[in-house]
Amino acid sequence: MNAFSAPSSTPVLSVRQLRKSYAGNPVLKSVDLSVHQGEIACLIGPSGAGKSTILRCINFLEKPEAGEITFFGERLCSEDGNVFHTAPERALQAARARMPMVFQHFNLFSHRTVIENVMEGQIVVLRRHKDEARERARTCLARVGMLDRAEFYPDQLSGGQKQRVAIARALAMSPALILFDEPTSALDPGLVQEVQSVMRDLSAEGMTMLIVTHDMRLVKSIATTVHFCADGHILESGSPALLLHKTNPGRIRTFMAAAAH
Amino acid sequence: MYNFFFLEVPEHLPFLLKGALVTIELSLISMILGTLLGFFLAIGRLSPRRVLRLPLDVFVEIIRDTPLIVQLLLIYFSLPEAGIVLSAFWAGIAGLTLNLAAYLSEVFRAAISAVDPGQKAAAISLGMSPVAVYRRVVIPQAGLACLPTLGGYFVALLKDCSLVSFISVNELLRHATIVISDTFDSMNTYIMVAIIYFVMSFVSARIIRQIEIRLTPSNRRGTITIPLTMDKEGAR
Ligand SMILES: Nc1ncnc2c1ncn2[C@@H]1O[C@H](COP(=O)(O)OP(=O)(O)OP(=O)(O)O)[C@@H](O)[C@H]1O
Ligand SMILES: [Mg+2]
Repeated sequence: MNAFSAPSSTPVLSVRQLRKSYAGNPVLKSVDLSVHQGEIACLIGPSGAGKSTILRCINFLEKPEAGEITFFGERLCSEDGNVFHTAPERALQAARARMPMVFQHFNLFSHRTVIENVMEGQIVVLRRHKDEARERARTCLARVGMLDRAEFYPDQLSGGQKQRVAIARALAMSPALILFDEPTSALDPGLVQEVQSVMRDLSAEGMTMLIVTHDMRLVKSIATTVHFCADGHILESGSPALLLHKTNPGRIRTFMAAAAH
Repeated sequence: MYNFFFLEVPEHLPFLLKGALVTIELSLISMILGTLLGFFLAIGRLSPRRVLRLPLDVFVEIIRDTPLIVQLLLIYFSLPEAGIVLSAFWAGIAGLTLNLAAYLSEVFRAAISAVDPGQKAAAISLGMSPVAVYRRVVIPQAGLACLPTLGGYFVALLKDCSLVSFISVNELLRHATIVISDTFDSMNTYIMVAIIYFVMSFVSARIIRQIEIRLTPSNRRGTITIPLTMDKEGAR
Protein backbone atom coordinates (compact mmCIF):
# COMPACT_ATOMS: atom_id res chain seq x y z
CA MET A 1 0.00 0.00 0.00
CA ASN A 2 1.04 3.53 -0.70
CA ALA A 3 2.37 5.55 2.24
CA PHE A 4 -0.19 8.11 1.19
CA SER A 5 -3.85 7.21 1.12
CA ALA A 6 -6.64 9.43 -0.11
CA PRO A 7 -9.69 10.13 2.05
CA SER A 8 -12.24 7.40 1.53
CA SER A 9 -15.39 9.50 1.02
CA THR A 10 -16.77 9.89 -2.52
CA PRO A 11 -14.76 12.56 -4.24
CA VAL A 12 -16.08 16.06 -5.00
CA LEU A 13 -14.48 15.75 -8.40
CA SER A 14 -13.30 12.73 -10.24
CA VAL A 15 -11.62 12.67 -13.62
CA ARG A 16 -10.99 9.43 -15.46
CA GLN A 17 -9.08 8.80 -18.66
CA LEU A 18 -9.57 12.35 -19.81
CA ARG A 19 -8.27 13.01 -23.31
CA LYS A 20 -7.89 16.18 -25.30
CA SER A 21 -5.95 17.18 -28.38
CA TYR A 22 -5.48 20.38 -30.30
CA ALA A 23 -5.50 20.01 -34.08
CA GLY A 24 -4.66 16.32 -33.87
CA ASN A 25 -1.87 16.96 -31.42
CA PRO A 26 -2.63 15.04 -28.19
CA VAL A 27 -2.17 17.24 -25.13
CA LEU A 28 -3.98 15.13 -22.54
CA LYS A 29 -3.47 11.45 -23.21
CA SER A 30 -5.18 9.90 -20.23
CA VAL A 31 -5.62 11.92 -17.09
CA ASP A 32 -6.92 10.42 -13.84
CA LEU A 33 -7.46 12.64 -10.88
CA SER A 34 -9.81 13.01 -7.96
CA VAL A 35 -10.35 15.71 -5.39
CA HIS A 36 -12.07 15.05 -2.06
CA GLN A 37 -13.93 17.34 0.28
CA GLY A 38 -11.51 19.67 2.09
CA GLU A 39 -8.56 18.55 0.02
CA ILE A 40 -6.00 21.00 -1.32
CA ALA A 41 -4.72 19.33 -4.46
CA CYS A 42 -1.79 20.92 -6.23
CA LEU A 43 -1.07 20.10 -9.84
CA ILE A 44 2.55 20.64 -10.78
CA GLY A 45 4.68 19.80 -13.78
CA PRO A 46 6.79 21.27 -16.53
CA SER A 47 5.55 23.99 -18.83
CA GLY A 48 3.41 22.64 -21.64
CA ALA A 49 2.54 19.51 -19.70
CA GLY A 50 -1.16 20.21 -20.05
CA LYS A 51 -1.96 21.48 -16.54
CA SER A 52 -4.05 24.43 -17.68
CA THR A 53 -5.77 22.22 -20.21
CA ILE A 54 -6.81 19.85 -17.42
CA LEU A 55 -8.41 22.70 -15.46
CA ARG A 56 -10.08 24.13 -18.54
CA CYS A 57 -11.52 20.74 -19.43
CA ILE A 58 -12.78 20.19 -15.89
CA ASN A 59 -15.05 23.22 -16.09
CA PHE A 60 -15.59 22.86 -19.83
CA LEU A 61 -13.91 26.04 -20.97
CA GLU A 62 -12.45 23.50 -23.40
CA LYS A 63 -14.41 20.52 -24.54
CA PRO A 64 -12.76 17.21 -23.63
CA GLU A 65 -12.69 14.51 -26.28
CA ALA A 66 -12.99 11.38 -24.23
CA GLY A 67 -13.08 10.22 -20.66
CA GLU A 68 -15.29 10.84 -17.71
CA ILE A 69 -15.69 13.80 -15.38
CA THR A 70 -17.92 13.44 -12.34
CA PHE A 71 -18.68 16.40 -10.10
CA PHE A 72 -20.71 15.74 -6.95
CA GLY A 73 -21.92 12.46 -8.37
CA GLU A 74 -23.14 14.11 -11.54
CA ARG A 75 -21.61 13.04 -14.83
CA LEU A 76 -20.46 16.07 -16.81
CA CYS A 77 -19.14 13.84 -19.53
CA SER A 78 -18.84 10.11 -19.92
CA GLU A 79 -18.31 7.34 -22.38
CA ASP A 80 -20.93 4.76 -23.23
CA GLY A 81 -19.25 2.06 -25.19
CA ASN A 82 -17.44 4.20 -27.71
CA VAL A 83 -19.85 7.13 -27.67
CA PHE A 84 -18.76 10.25 -25.83
CA HIS A 85 -21.56 12.14 -24.06
CA THR A 86 -21.48 15.62 -22.64
CA ALA A 87 -24.07 16.87 -20.16
CA PRO A 88 -26.45 19.54 -21.52
CA GLU A 89 -25.16 23.11 -21.52
CA ARG A 90 -27.50 23.99 -18.63
CA ALA A 91 -26.00 21.31 -16.41
CA LEU A 92 -22.48 22.42 -17.32
CA GLN A 93 -23.34 26.02 -16.40
CA ALA A 94 -24.72 24.91 -13.04
CA ALA A 95 -21.57 22.87 -12.40
CA ARG A 96 -19.27 25.77 -13.35
CA ALA A 97 -21.03 28.03 -10.89
CA ARG A 98 -20.06 25.58 -8.14
CA MET A 99 -16.41 25.31 -9.23
CA PRO A 100 -15.39 28.79 -10.33
CA MET A 101 -11.90 29.43 -11.58
CA VAL A 102 -9.18 31.88 -10.55
CA PHE A 103 -6.87 32.79 -13.43
CA GLN A 104 -3.22 33.68 -13.73
CA HIS A 105 -4.09 37.07 -15.20
CA PHE A 106 -7.01 37.73 -12.82
CA ASN A 107 -9.51 38.42 -15.63
CA LEU A 108 -11.58 40.83 -13.58
CA PHE A 109 -14.40 42.57 -15.46
CA SER A 110 -12.72 45.85 -16.31
CA HIS A 111 -15.96 47.80 -16.74
CA ARG A 112 -17.18 46.98 -13.24
CA THR A 113 -16.07 48.03 -9.80
CA VAL A 114 -14.54 45.59 -7.35
CA ILE A 115 -17.83 44.97 -5.57
CA GLU A 116 -19.73 44.71 -8.86
CA ASN A 117 -17.22 42.07 -9.98
CA VAL A 118 -18.01 40.05 -6.89
CA MET A 119 -21.78 40.56 -7.29
CA GLU A 120 -21.93 39.74 -11.00
CA GLY A 121 -22.02 35.93 -10.87
CA GLN A 122 -24.39 35.98 -7.91
CA ILE A 123 -26.91 38.16 -9.73
CA VAL A 124 -26.63 36.75 -13.24
CA VAL A 125 -26.08 33.08 -12.48
CA LEU A 126 -27.40 32.43 -8.98
CA ARG A 127 -30.21 34.99 -9.44
CA ARG A 128 -29.65 36.42 -6.00
CA HIS A 129 -31.32 39.69 -5.17
CA LYS A 130 -29.06 42.71 -5.53
CA ASP A 131 -29.03 43.54 -1.82
CA GLU A 132 -28.27 39.97 -0.86
CA ALA A 133 -25.50 39.81 -3.48
CA ARG A 134 -24.01 43.06 -2.19
CA GLU A 135 -24.09 41.79 1.37
CA ARG A 136 -22.38 38.54 0.42
CA ALA A 137 -19.86 40.40 -1.75
CA ARG A 138 -18.94 42.56 1.22
CA THR A 139 -18.38 39.47 3.37
CA CYS A 140 -16.19 37.87 0.70
CA LEU A 141 -14.21 41.04 0.13
CA ALA A 142 -13.63 41.32 3.86
CA ARG A 143 -12.31 37.76 3.89
CA VAL A 144 -9.64 38.64 1.33
CA GLY A 145 -8.96 42.04 2.91
CA MET A 146 -10.32 44.08 0.00
CA LEU A 147 -13.45 45.64 1.46
CA ASP A 148 -11.87 49.09 1.58
CA ARG A 149 -11.39 48.96 -2.20
CA ALA A 150 -14.98 47.96 -2.97
CA GLU A 151 -15.70 51.00 -5.18
CA PHE A 152 -12.42 50.91 -7.11
CA TYR A 153 -12.10 49.75 -10.71
CA PRO A 154 -9.73 46.86 -11.47
CA ASP A 155 -7.22 49.10 -13.26
CA GLN A 156 -6.76 51.00 -10.01
CA LEU A 157 -5.50 47.92 -8.15
CA SER A 158 -2.16 46.15 -7.84
CA GLY A 159 -1.79 42.60 -9.16
CA GLY A 160 -2.03 41.09 -5.69
CA GLN A 161 -5.17 43.10 -4.98
CA LYS A 162 -6.73 42.05 -8.29
CA GLN A 163 -6.06 38.41 -7.53
CA ARG A 164 -7.62 38.74 -4.09
CA VAL A 165 -10.72 40.27 -5.69
CA ALA A 166 -10.77 37.38 -8.20
CA ILE A 167 -10.70 34.96 -5.26
CA ALA A 168 -13.56 36.86 -3.61
CA ARG A 169 -15.50 36.67 -6.89
CA ALA A 170 -15.09 32.87 -6.82
CA LEU A 171 -15.93 32.66 -3.10
CA ALA A 172 -19.15 34.61 -3.62
CA MET A 173 -20.55 31.72 -5.64
CA SER A 174 -20.51 29.54 -2.48
CA PRO A 175 -18.34 27.07 -4.40
CA ALA A 176 -17.81 23.41 -3.65
CA LEU A 177 -14.40 23.61 -5.27
CA ILE A 178 -12.22 26.46 -6.51
CA LEU A 179 -9.92 25.92 -9.49
CA PHE A 180 -6.74 27.99 -9.51
CA ASP A 181 -4.53 28.32 -12.59
CA GLU A 182 -1.17 29.68 -11.49
CA PRO A 183 -2.68 32.30 -9.20
CA THR A 184 0.67 33.81 -8.20
CA SER A 185 2.63 33.51 -11.44
CA ALA A 186 1.81 36.94 -12.81
CA LEU A 187 2.60 38.75 -9.56
CA ASP A 188 5.64 40.76 -8.57
CA PRO A 189 7.63 38.84 -5.95
CA GLY A 190 6.52 41.22 -3.21
CA LEU A 191 2.84 40.60 -3.94
CA VAL A 192 2.92 36.80 -3.97
CA GLN A 193 2.75 36.61 -0.20
CA GLU A 194 -0.61 38.37 0.18
CA VAL A 195 -2.29 36.00 -2.27
CA GLN A 196 -0.66 32.93 -0.71
CA SER A 197 -1.84 34.04 2.69
CA VAL A 198 -5.44 34.43 1.48
CA MET A 199 -5.26 30.94 0.01
CA ARG A 200 -3.88 29.53 3.25
CA ASP A 201 -6.79 31.13 5.15
CA LEU A 202 -9.22 29.44 2.76
CA SER A 203 -7.54 26.07 3.24
CA ALA A 204 -7.73 26.49 7.01
CA GLU A 205 -11.45 27.14 6.64
CA GLY A 206 -11.82 23.82 4.82
CA MET A 207 -12.31 25.09 1.26
CA THR A 208 -11.67 22.42 -1.36
CA MET A 209 -9.17 23.58 -3.96
CA LEU A 210 -7.42 22.34 -7.08
CA ILE A 211 -4.37 24.48 -7.72
CA VAL A 212 -2.10 24.49 -10.76
CA THR A 213 1.11 26.17 -9.72
CA HIS A 214 4.86 26.47 -10.17
CA ASP A 215 5.16 28.02 -6.74
CA MET A 216 6.79 25.34 -4.56
CA ARG A 217 6.49 27.44 -1.43
CA LEU A 218 2.76 27.52 -1.93
CA VAL A 219 2.74 23.75 -2.51
CA LYS A 220 4.71 23.06 0.66
CA SER A 221 2.62 25.34 2.81
CA ILE A 222 -0.82 24.42 1.56
CA ALA A 223 -1.05 21.12 -0.36
CA THR A 224 -2.59 18.00 1.09
CA THR A 225 -2.02 16.17 -2.21
CA VAL A 226 0.39 16.81 -5.06
CA HIS A 227 -0.11 15.55 -8.60
CA PHE A 228 2.86 15.58 -10.93
CA CYS A 229 1.80 16.02 -14.53
CA ALA A 230 3.93 15.51 -17.63
CA ASP A 231 3.34 14.51 -21.24
CA GLY A 232 -0.43 14.46 -20.88
CA HIS A 233 -0.49 12.07 -17.91
CA ILE A 234 -0.50 12.36 -14.15
CA LEU A 235 2.76 10.54 -13.50
CA GLU A 236 2.63 10.54 -9.74
CA SER A 237 0.25 11.55 -6.96
CA GLY A 238 0.98 11.72 -3.26
CA SER A 239 1.50 13.83 -0.21
CA PRO A 240 3.88 16.76 -0.64
CA ALA A 241 6.37 15.13 1.69
CA LEU A 242 6.38 11.98 -0.40
CA LEU A 243 6.78 13.76 -3.70
CA LEU A 244 9.57 15.90 -2.34
CA HIS A 245 11.29 12.88 -0.85
CA LYS A 246 14.66 11.82 -2.18
CA THR A 247 13.51 8.40 -3.32
CA ASN A 248 10.97 9.64 -5.82
CA PRO A 249 11.60 9.11 -9.55
CA GLY A 250 14.37 11.08 -11.18
CA ARG A 251 12.10 13.15 -13.34
CA ILE A 252 10.06 14.58 -10.48
CA ARG A 253 13.14 15.27 -8.37
CA THR A 254 14.80 17.12 -11.22
CA PHE A 255 11.66 19.15 -11.73
CA MET A 256 11.36 19.92 -8.04
CA ALA A 257 14.99 20.94 -7.77
CA ALA A 258 14.62 23.26 -10.75
CA ALA A 259 11.36 24.72 -9.47
CA ALA A 260 12.78 25.40 -6.01
CA HIS A 261 14.69 28.40 -7.36
CA MET B 1 -19.91 95.02 -53.72
CA TYR B 2 -20.22 92.44 -51.05
CA ASN B 3 -23.79 92.14 -49.95
CA PHE B 4 -23.76 91.42 -46.25
CA PHE B 5 -25.91 88.37 -45.71
CA PHE B 6 -27.76 89.61 -42.66
CA LEU B 7 -29.65 92.00 -44.94
CA GLU B 8 -31.23 89.48 -47.30
CA VAL B 9 -31.19 86.00 -45.90
CA PRO B 10 -32.56 86.39 -42.35
CA GLU B 11 -36.16 86.56 -43.51
CA HIS B 12 -35.57 83.12 -45.01
CA LEU B 13 -33.89 81.86 -41.87
CA PRO B 14 -37.01 80.22 -40.36
CA PHE B 15 -37.46 78.35 -43.64
CA LEU B 16 -33.84 77.19 -43.53
CA LEU B 17 -34.20 76.16 -39.90
CA LYS B 18 -37.29 74.17 -40.80
CA GLY B 19 -35.08 72.28 -43.26
CA ALA B 20 -32.47 71.85 -40.55
CA LEU B 21 -35.13 70.28 -38.35
CA VAL B 22 -35.80 67.69 -41.06
CA THR B 23 -32.05 67.08 -41.29
CA ILE B 24 -32.00 66.43 -37.55
CA GLU B 25 -34.99 64.09 -37.84
CA LEU B 26 -33.35 62.20 -40.68
CA SER B 27 -30.09 61.78 -38.81
CA LEU B 28 -31.67 60.81 -35.50
CA ILE B 29 -33.91 58.17 -37.03
CA SER B 30 -31.19 56.70 -39.26
CA MET B 31 -28.75 56.86 -36.39
CA ILE B 32 -30.97 54.72 -34.19
CA LEU B 33 -31.99 52.30 -36.95
CA GLY B 34 -28.48 52.14 -38.40
CA THR B 35 -26.91 51.40 -35.03
CA LEU B 36 -29.38 48.61 -34.32
CA LEU B 37 -29.05 47.11 -37.78
CA GLY B 38 -25.26 47.50 -37.68
CA PHE B 39 -25.17 45.65 -34.39
CA PHE B 40 -27.16 42.69 -35.70
CA LEU B 41 -25.11 42.68 -38.89
CA ALA B 42 -21.95 42.48 -36.77
CA ILE B 43 -23.33 39.60 -34.70
CA GLY B 44 -24.36 37.77 -37.86
CA ARG B 45 -20.99 38.33 -39.46
CA LEU B 46 -19.26 36.91 -36.38
CA SER B 47 -21.33 33.76 -36.62
CA PRO B 48 -19.40 30.55 -37.21
CA ARG B 49 -22.03 29.65 -39.82
CA ARG B 50 -20.94 30.45 -43.32
CA VAL B 51 -24.49 30.50 -44.73
CA LEU B 52 -25.22 33.43 -42.45
CA ARG B 53 -21.86 35.15 -42.68
CA LEU B 54 -21.38 35.12 -46.42
CA PRO B 55 -24.49 37.02 -47.60
CA LEU B 56 -23.99 39.62 -44.90
CA ASP B 57 -20.35 40.09 -45.89
CA VAL B 58 -21.42 40.52 -49.50
CA PHE B 59 -24.12 43.03 -48.54
CA VAL B 60 -21.67 45.13 -46.49
CA GLU B 61 -19.10 45.00 -49.26
CA ILE B 62 -21.59 46.23 -51.85
CA ILE B 63 -22.75 49.11 -49.66
CA ARG B 64 -19.20 50.13 -48.87
CA ASP B 65 -18.08 50.01 -52.49
CA THR B 66 -20.85 52.16 -53.98
CA PRO B 67 -21.52 55.85 -53.37
CA LEU B 68 -24.30 56.74 -50.96
CA ILE B 69 -25.87 59.04 -53.53
CA VAL B 70 -26.21 56.16 -56.00
CA GLN B 71 -27.78 54.00 -53.29
CA LEU B 72 -30.28 56.75 -52.54
CA LEU B 73 -31.18 57.19 -56.19
CA LEU B 74 -31.62 53.43 -56.56
CA ILE B 75 -33.87 53.18 -53.54
CA TYR B 76 -36.01 56.15 -54.51
CA PHE B 77 -36.23 55.78 -58.29
CA SER B 78 -35.54 52.10 -59.03
CA LEU B 79 -37.16 50.22 -56.17
CA PRO B 80 -40.68 51.35 -57.20
CA GLU B 81 -40.19 49.35 -60.38
CA ALA B 82 -39.75 46.33 -58.17
CA GLY B 83 -42.97 47.26 -56.43
CA ILE B 84 -41.44 48.91 -53.36
CA VAL B 85 -42.57 52.52 -53.18
CA LEU B 86 -41.15 54.68 -50.42
CA SER B 87 -41.79 58.36 -49.80
CA ALA B 88 -38.74 60.54 -50.34
CA PHE B 89 -38.27 60.90 -46.60
CA TRP B 90 -38.35 57.17 -45.90
CA ALA B 91 -36.27 56.37 -48.96
CA GLY B 92 -33.71 58.75 -47.48
CA ILE B 93 -33.94 57.05 -44.11
CA ALA B 94 -33.56 53.65 -45.75
CA GLY B 95 -30.44 54.69 -47.67
CA LEU B 96 -28.79 56.42 -44.75
CA THR B 97 -29.64 53.54 -42.41
CA LEU B 98 -28.25 50.83 -44.68
CA ASN B 99 -25.13 52.86 -45.28
CA LEU B 100 -24.47 53.60 -41.63
CA ALA B 101 -25.26 50.01 -40.63
CA ALA B 102 -22.74 48.61 -43.11
CA TYR B 103 -19.95 50.81 -41.80
CA LEU B 104 -20.89 50.36 -38.16
CA SER B 105 -21.01 46.59 -38.52
CA GLU B 106 -17.29 46.76 -39.25
CA VAL B 107 -16.70 48.91 -36.16
CA PHE B 108 -18.82 46.68 -33.93
CA ARG B 109 -17.29 43.51 -35.27
CA ALA B 110 -13.79 44.75 -34.54
CA ALA B 111 -14.78 45.95 -31.07
CA ILE B 112 -16.51 42.67 -30.21
CA SER B 113 -13.54 40.62 -31.39
CA ALA B 114 -11.22 42.79 -29.33
CA VAL B 115 -12.92 42.05 -26.00
CA ASP B 116 -10.46 40.36 -23.65
CA PRO B 117 -10.91 36.56 -24.03
CA GLY B 118 -9.79 36.18 -20.43
CA GLN B 119 -12.79 38.14 -19.20
CA LYS B 120 -15.09 36.05 -21.36
CA ALA B 121 -13.52 32.91 -19.89
CA ALA B 122 -14.04 34.34 -16.41
CA ALA B 123 -17.71 34.96 -17.14
CA ILE B 124 -18.17 31.46 -18.54
CA SER B 125 -16.37 29.92 -15.58
CA LEU B 126 -18.85 31.60 -13.24
CA GLY B 127 -21.59 29.65 -15.01
CA MET B 128 -22.95 32.38 -17.30
CA SER B 129 -24.81 31.31 -20.42
CA PRO B 130 -23.36 32.46 -23.77
CA VAL B 131 -26.14 35.05 -24.00
CA ALA B 132 -25.36 36.36 -20.52
CA VAL B 133 -21.65 36.59 -21.37
CA TYR B 134 -22.59 38.73 -24.37
CA ARG B 135 -25.06 40.86 -22.50
CA ARG B 136 -23.03 41.44 -19.35
CA VAL B 137 -19.42 41.46 -20.56
CA VAL B 138 -18.94 41.58 -24.33
CA ILE B 139 -21.52 44.21 -25.29
CA PRO B 140 -20.77 46.72 -22.51
CA GLN B 141 -17.05 46.54 -23.16
CA ALA B 142 -17.28 46.60 -26.94
CA GLY B 143 -19.78 49.45 -26.63
CA LEU B 144 -17.40 51.52 -24.55
CA ALA B 145 -14.53 50.77 -26.89
CA CYS B 146 -16.36 52.02 -29.98
CA LEU B 147 -18.05 55.08 -28.48
CA PRO B 148 -15.50 57.57 -29.87
CA THR B 149 -15.66 56.05 -33.36
CA LEU B 150 -19.44 55.95 -33.15
CA GLY B 151 -19.48 59.68 -32.38
CA GLY B 152 -17.46 60.37 -35.51
CA TYR B 153 -19.87 58.36 -37.66
CA PHE B 154 -22.88 60.18 -36.22
CA VAL B 155 -21.44 63.58 -37.08
CA ALA B 156 -20.57 62.31 -40.57
CA LEU B 157 -24.15 61.07 -40.92
CA LEU B 158 -25.54 64.50 -40.08
CA LYS B 159 -23.57 65.94 -42.98
CA ASP B 160 -24.37 63.03 -45.32
CA CYS B 161 -28.03 63.88 -44.85
CA SER B 162 -27.47 66.74 -47.29
CA LEU B 163 -27.30 64.11 -50.06
CA VAL B 164 -30.97 63.24 -49.69
CA SER B 165 -31.82 66.67 -51.16
CA PHE B 166 -31.13 64.91 -54.47
CA ILE B 167 -34.18 62.73 -53.97
CA SER B 168 -36.30 65.78 -53.11
CA VAL B 169 -36.44 65.42 -49.33
CA ASN B 170 -37.13 68.87 -47.92
CA GLU B 171 -34.15 69.09 -45.64
CA LEU B 172 -31.70 71.92 -45.08
CA LEU B 173 -29.80 71.87 -48.36
CA ARG B 174 -32.94 71.57 -50.46
CA HIS B 175 -34.55 74.45 -48.62
CA ALA B 176 -31.39 76.39 -49.39
CA THR B 177 -31.77 75.80 -53.14
CA ILE B 178 -35.37 76.98 -52.87
CA VAL B 179 -34.24 80.15 -51.10
CA ILE B 180 -31.62 80.74 -53.78
CA SER B 181 -34.12 80.37 -56.59
CA ASP B 182 -36.11 83.04 -54.76
CA THR B 183 -33.34 85.48 -53.82
CA PHE B 184 -30.60 84.66 -56.36
CA ASP B 185 -28.23 85.11 -53.42
CA SER B 186 -26.39 81.81 -53.48
CA MET B 187 -23.32 83.04 -51.67
CA ASN B 188 -25.02 84.24 -48.51
CA THR B 189 -27.47 81.39 -48.46
CA TYR B 190 -24.71 78.82 -48.64
CA ILE B 191 -22.75 80.64 -45.95
CA MET B 192 -25.84 80.49 -43.77
CA VAL B 193 -26.29 76.81 -44.55
CA ALA B 194 -22.65 76.12 -43.73
CA ILE B 195 -23.04 77.91 -40.41
CA ILE B 196 -26.14 75.90 -39.53
CA TYR B 197 -24.38 72.62 -40.41
CA PHE B 198 -21.38 73.69 -38.38
CA VAL B 199 -23.47 74.50 -35.32
CA MET B 200 -25.38 71.21 -35.57
CA SER B 201 -22.22 69.14 -35.99
CA PHE B 202 -20.33 71.01 -33.30
CA VAL B 203 -23.12 70.71 -30.76
CA SER B 204 -23.75 67.03 -31.47
CA ALA B 205 -20.03 66.25 -31.26
CA ARG B 206 -19.99 67.93 -27.82
CA ILE B 207 -23.05 66.02 -26.69
CA ILE B 208 -21.56 62.71 -27.84
CA ARG B 209 -18.30 63.52 -26.08
CA GLN B 210 -20.20 64.23 -22.85
CA ILE B 211 -22.05 60.92 -23.12
CA GLU B 212 -18.74 59.20 -23.73
CA ILE B 213 -17.18 60.75 -20.63
CA ARG B 214 -20.26 59.91 -18.59
CA LEU B 215 -20.18 56.26 -19.65
CA THR B 216 -16.46 55.61 -19.19
CA PRO B 217 -16.19 53.57 -15.99
CA SER B 218 -13.27 55.38 -14.43
CA ASN B 219 -15.09 58.70 -14.78
CA ARG B 220 -18.19 57.51 -13.01
CA ARG B 221 -19.34 58.88 -9.70
CA GLY B 222 -17.84 57.80 -6.44
CA THR B 223 -14.59 56.61 -7.94
CA ILE B 224 -11.28 57.55 -6.45
CA THR B 225 -8.77 57.83 -9.25
CA ILE B 226 -5.96 59.49 -7.34
CA PRO B 227 -5.08 58.88 -3.69
CA LEU B 228 -6.92 61.58 -1.76
CA THR B 229 -3.81 62.93 -0.04
CA MET B 230 -2.16 63.59 -3.37
CA ASP B 231 -5.31 65.31 -4.58
CA LYS B 232 -5.25 67.70 -1.64
CA GLU B 233 -1.55 68.38 -2.10
CA GLY B 234 -2.20 69.29 -5.70
CA ALA B 235 -5.05 71.62 -4.81
CA ARG B 236 -2.89 73.70 -2.49
N1 LIG C 1 -5.89 26.61 -27.72
C1 LIG C 1 -4.83 25.82 -28.03
N2 LIG C 1 -4.57 25.50 -29.30
C2 LIG C 1 -3.52 24.71 -29.63
N3 LIG C 1 -2.66 24.19 -28.74
C3 LIG C 1 -2.85 24.49 -27.44
C4 LIG C 1 -3.94 25.31 -27.01
N4 LIG C 1 -3.89 25.43 -25.66
C5 LIG C 1 -2.83 24.71 -25.28
N5 LIG C 1 -2.19 24.13 -26.33
C6 LIG C 1 -1.01 23.27 -26.26
O1 LIG C 1 -1.27 22.28 -25.31
C7 LIG C 1 -0.12 22.01 -24.54
C8 LIG C 1 -0.46 22.11 -23.07
O2 LIG C 1 -0.79 23.44 -22.76
P1 LIG C 1 -1.17 23.92 -21.30
O3 LIG C 1 -1.44 25.36 -21.38
O4 LIG C 1 -2.22 23.05 -20.75
O5 LIG C 1 0.19 23.65 -20.53
P2 LIG C 1 0.56 24.01 -19.03
O6 LIG C 1 0.97 22.74 -18.39
O7 LIG C 1 -0.51 24.78 -18.39
O8 LIG C 1 1.86 24.91 -19.24
P3 LIG C 1 2.32 26.20 -18.41
O9 LIG C 1 2.96 25.70 -17.18
O10 LIG C 1 3.31 26.84 -19.33
O11 LIG C 1 1.13 27.04 -18.17
C9 LIG C 1 0.95 22.98 -25.00
O12 LIG C 1 1.84 22.29 -25.83
C10 LIG C 1 0.20 24.02 -25.76
O13 LIG C 1 0.98 24.50 -26.82
MG1 LIG D 1 -0.78 26.82 -17.81
